[in-house]
Amino acid sequence: MNTAVTIAGVTLKNPVMTASGTFGSGMEYQDFVDLNALGAVVTKGVANVPWEGNPTPRVTEVYGGMLNAIGLQNPGIDLFMQRDIPFLESKDTQIIVNVCGHTIEEYVEVVERLNDSPVAMMEINVSCPNVKVGAIAFGQNTKALTEITKEIKAHAKKPIIMKLSPNVTDITEMAKAAEAAGADAISLINTLTGMKIDIQRKKFVLANRTGGMSGPAIKPIAVRMVYQCAQAVKIPIIGMGGISNAEDAIEFMLAGASAVAIGAANFINPYATVETIRGIEAYMKQQHIDDINELIGAVHE
Amino acid sequence: MTQKRKTNVTITKTKQLATGVYEMILQTPQAKEAGAGQFVALYTKDRSRLLPRPISICGIDPEQETLRLVYRVAGAGTGEFSTYREGDTVAMLGILGNGYPLDQARGKQALILGGGIGIPPILGLAQALKGENVTAILGYRDRELFLKDDFDQVCQTYVATEDGSVGTKGNVLDAVRMLEEKGELNPDIIFSCGPLPMLKAIKKYAEERGIPAYLSLEERMACGVGACLGCVCKTTHKDEHSQVNNARVCTEGPVFLASDVMI
Ligand SMILES: Cc1cc2nc3c(=O)[nH]c(=O)nc-3n(C[C@H](O)[C@H](O)[C@H](O)COP(=O)(O)OP(=O)(O)OC[C@H]3O[C@@H](n4cnc5c(N)ncnc54)[C@H](O)[C@@H]3O)c2cc1C
Ligand SMILES: Cc1cc2nc3c(=O)[nH]c(=O)nc-3n(C[C@H](O)[C@H](O)[C@H](O)COP(=O)(O)O)c2cc1C
Ligand code: FES
Repeated sequence: MNTAVTIAGVTLKNPVMTASGTFGSGMEYQDFVDLNALGAVVTKGVANVPWEGNPTPRVTEVYGGMLNAIGLQNPGIDLFMQRDIPFLESKDTQIIVNVCGHTIEEYVEVVERLNDSPVAMMEINVSCPNVKVGAIAFGQNTKALTEITKEIKAHAKKPIIMKLSPNVTDITEMAKAAEAAGADAISLINTLTGMKIDIQRKKFVLANRTGGMSGPAIKPIAVRMVYQCAQAVKIPIIGMGGISNAEDAIEFMLAGASAVAIGAANFINPYATVETIRGIEAYMKQQHIDDINELIGAVHE
Repeated sequence: MTQKRKTNVTITKTKQLATGVYEMILQTPQAKEAGAGQFVALYTKDRSRLLPRPISICGIDPEQETLRLVYRVAGAGTGEFSTYREGDTVAMLGILGNGYPLDQARGKQALILGGGIGIPPILGLAQALKGENVTAILGYRDRELFLKDDFDQVCQTYVATEDGSVGTKGNVLDAVRMLEEKGELNPDIIFSCGPLPMLKAIKKYAEERGIPAYLSLEERMACGVGACLGCVCKTTHKDEHSQVNNARVCTEGPVFLASDVMI
């Protein structure tokens, strides 16, 4: 039975990875998860310098999911190279570093620092709804997305995954723009912009007022968007948004994802990633599927 | 280092202690690894409410392998917990957080301050420091003095009530000042848990006296294990892990030295 998938020349032992920002760099989940079992660890977004992030409250629960407005707090690339990369390098899993910035120059600086590191791929976050400048601005119009993708591709020595925002009218336009600009893969979806109001205090619950929604409640939207993008582009898609278990992961693969990432579900079930891997194997046995690649995009009629 | 786990644990006892305040005893071998001031996070059975609820450890019995939690019904999650009965199970994430540095209290006059639902977490501390020179001052709303008897068994205990029905009328700090004036109190170190205004007042008081104060902070959490960066508090120095002036309440905390945090 083959569970390995290949994205932009990088082979993952299985298609299950962690979604950026929900798993740190893996250290915090070591008590629960054997990181060697994962297809890849996708790190929290990292910028050229440390970012403070947003004021608190930064997270809140909503029906079937949560809102977050962390604001891309991160320790900056220097410490990240010293601490997080060597840690992940000691594990038998692919390393995907999520990159954020306010300007193209900031993104490029991080990309260049990572070029000669043991990182397998870089995921470019142009879709974070929680920072006012940069980030999402690049992910909400095709012209800006094209420009940043091209610029990053010109400097990157590793495959580039552009992470798309669902907060757009037509996500296939963004997927096509990323592909045309040279992206090696796309990942989707980032969080959906949401809001929660405390009716007793008559105040916004999150200090940032709005936050990105994730968790099981967003899954049908994410599946639909993965499907639409799979019809629109040829580059591989990493699917995410509300995946909690093997059934969810398989649904994304059937819709066209070559790999999947598990985000908020880690908070609900810290064993979610490894349980999903085991569940996919059980499904393949039960369905007599020898190669997981048979599942990718199998539903399209 | 102890290993964090998510497990289903059995509830061996439940009891209502006061209006809206409940006790739950959980059977878990992890009791052997727990310390005063640490917390666990409990999951509801309602699949629409997915994030775990952080609840401090109020008491630890390593021999019986039980943890005692005392909580106030604050919303739907804690409301659901209050319906649980002996024999039910609950999914628990733990053991989380750093806990109080007990060794700092040894050989000193320690003052333990708890306000409202901040009282349960400091009971475990008072019990762990039994035999040391410890004074506890507990701030309640009214005459429903939950857990007061447990404190009486392990340390000198005073009470303040908002409505003045028992002890000093006012808050914990009013009682502290009153005892100080009487010459009955001269603390070297403070440990506390309670609402933010109380913690702010304690921070100021400790600064005035030039003594260390440990505060247990609360913040909204998602992961509870240090991964999501949802639960940070502002720190006076650059935090080593984050490289900015933010520390994670779930991991570097919930107990912080007052002079290290900006509240
Ligand atoms: C480290 C720590 C220790 C705590 N210890 C205790 C304790 O020993 N006893 C006790 O009664 N309470 C304690 N609390 C507060 C307790 O976590 C909240 O009252 C509880 O989460 C409310 O959940 P709910 O579903 O009833 O309320 P809801 O308001 O419906 O909860 C909605 C969401 O907000 C979160 N939330 C709401 N209030 C708080 C809060 N004050 N702090 C953090 N998250 C909150 C919930 O976890 C949930 O995700 C502690 C909080 C923290 C951070
Ligand atoms: C707390 C939190 C932090 C996140 N941080 C990042 C980030 O730094 N970079 C990024 O590209 N996406 C980030 N995301 C988005 C997730 O990677 C993912 O795209 C989204 O949450 C949807 O998946 P889920 O429903 O499985 O969580 C974050 C999500 C959460 C919940
Ligand atoms: S709750 Fe996630 S880092 Fe503290």
